Amino acid sequence: MSVALEGLGLSAAGQVVLHPVTLELAGGLPNVLLGPTGAGKTTLLRLLAGLDRPSEGRLLAEGRDVTGLDVRKRSVAMVYQQFINYPAFTVFENIAAPLRVARLGRAEIEARVQDAARLLRLTPYLARKPLELSGGQQQRTAIARALVKRAPLVLMDEPLANLDYKLREELREELPKLFAESGSVFVYATTEPAEALLLGGRVATLSEGRVTQSGRAGEVFRRPADLATARVFSDPPLNEAPARIEAGRLALATGEALPVPVGGLQDGPCTVGIRAHQLSLEPLPGAVALPAVVRVSEVTGSESYVHLDVGPLPWVVLAPGVRRPEPGEAATVWLDPQRCLVFGADGRLAAVSALAEAA
Amino acid sequence: MSTTVAAPAALPAAQAPARTGALRAMAPRLVLGLYVLFLLVPIYWLVNMSFKTNLEIASGMTLWPQQPTMENYRRIFTDRSWYSGYINSLKFVGLNMAISLSVALPAAYAFSRYRFLGDKHLFFWLLSNRMAPPAVFALPFFQLYSAVGLFDTPWAVALAHCVFNIPLAVWILEGFMSGVPREIDEMAAIDGWSFPAFFVRVFMPLVAGGIGVAAFFCFMFSWVELLLARTLTTVDAKPIVATMTRTVSAAGMDWGLLAAAGVLTIIPGAIVIWFVRNHIARGFALGRV
Repeated sequence: MSVALEGLGLSAAGQVVLHPVTLELAGGLPNVLLGPTGAGKTTLLRLLAGLDRPSEGRLLAEGRDVTGLDVRKRSVAMVYQQFINYPAFTVFENIAAPLRVARLGRAEIEARVQDAARLLRLTPYLARKPLELSGGQQQRTAIARALVKRAPLVLMDEPLANLDYKLREELREELPKLFAESGSVFVYATTEPAEALLLGGRVATLSEGRVTQSGRAGEVFRRPADLATARVFSDPPLNEAPARIEAGRLALATGEALPVPVGGLQDGPCTVGIRAHQLSLEPLPGAVALPAVVRVSEVTGSESYVHLDVGPLPWVVLAPGVRRPEPGEAATVWLDPQRCLVFGADGRLAAVSALAEAA
Repeated sequence: MSTTVAAPAALPAAQAPARTGALRAMAPRLVLGLYVLFLLVPIYWLVNMSFKTNLEIASGMTLWPQQPTMENYRRIFTDRSWYSGYINSLKFVGLNMAISLSVALPAAYAFSRYRFLGDKHLFFWLLSNRMAPPAVFALPFFQLYSAVGLFDTPWAVALAHCVFNIPLAVWILEGFMSGVPREIDEMAAIDGWSFPAFFVRVFMPLVAGGIGVAAFFCFMFSWVELLLARTLTTVDAKPIVATMTRTVSAAGMDWGLLAAAGVLTIIPGAIVIWFVRNHIARGFALGRV
């Protein structure tokens, strides 16, 4: 199964909601849509499901044009971020609903529902109504319904966003397997860069209604095509510093020279991006020292996210170990020129220094 | 106030606050009791009268029937001119409820789920229908129904009452329907339900409370409405409210009989209220929480 988007876009009331997207979605590996809230992930999923009509472009399923096809005639399964179930039905009937509509035999329905319930650990709750379950159980009911249907296209809109930590870990691991093994095209929208990397597979990053890049998750992470992609695919946020290139040499706006190979870049302004884990609070050989003032430090067990102001720039440094510097304390951030992403004035990625790809 | 210090002040003055404290605890019950008493007195009096003879009613005030009699009820259940009034009323009320709901359900769904040109104006205009007094419609309905041969049938009254009940039912149901997430509709479409199957099997159970409340409001209006019901019927479809206004006979007013008829008129409403009691408050807010 494969789904192809050919310039699929949506405009409403004179405003572009989703810029035309051209994308191939294939089975086997998860297809992750990554972007912040409001980037257009849900819009794209709704277009894929056939819930909304695109205002331009075509949608092909197995090479067949399904652009205007009614959602009832499509074969898709969808899981919403909010737990959407049929409140008047029991959990069993909720899971069985698409099979009943498809008029499958009683024994077949019973078997498939029991299978799905076992996988999602819902067996004890089959006789209950969805609203009598916890949020996680309700969402698992919705996932089970998507699973039993064995649809060739499975769409999930931040399905794990409202689940507890433990369950997320488990389902994040199991979901792609469940759906990918069947050969379905599995599309998964998320706001979390970490989730996109953990799911593996392909990723398409969205920012402000535009698909900025698509490709293998690791590659997109290491070589973001532009600043918008790097921002979307970075948690904690990408540290950015305005810089200039003069006579082929790069220098931060604050004056520090960064010996980064800038290749064919024209002289002019540019932006240096450094991920939090690429910075250091300890001296590094060859690194540039930048004076900073600590704002706050978040300790997450064995690591600390230290937020600092480097001049006017709010930066985050991921430091190993527990660090509790006082707010207002002076600190030094070490910026290794070997670990920078350089974006040109147009926002496109211009240069990746040697070690920046070592995620 | 002064009695709020009751517990810690275990001093000589403690007894007086304790007594006013008890009175204070009683006060809500007392007020509530009086309220219920005044509400129920007229109903009690009606029930009381319905078991009395006309002679007892006319001869003075007695708090309960001195010679209880079922004669009034017996007459209603045996005299055709009486019991047919109930049957006629139930007929057009039932018809009206069925018509109103089957029209209002899809209409309310459309108002709740779709945006179309002039939807808000149309929605408000519906309710403005409800603002016209029934008397306005009595004459045109009378003439129209006489012309098409509907006069003096349950259909005449049932259809006439739709002018008032459908808008109200649409408003109530729209409120309840808008409380159901749109995603459930989409989910059903994705799962492949046809629209009618979805509407009846998935959606209607979710607004069952609203349907009950809308039915109740239709019932309430239709059951007590007098003017249209009396104008549009003569003999064959004469409703109970009309029968009750024509009980002044040559022998004077038949008090006991009228009281018994009144009691029997209250009962169906009470039964309907019992079924929708959990949803009725939301119904008065037109389904909007």
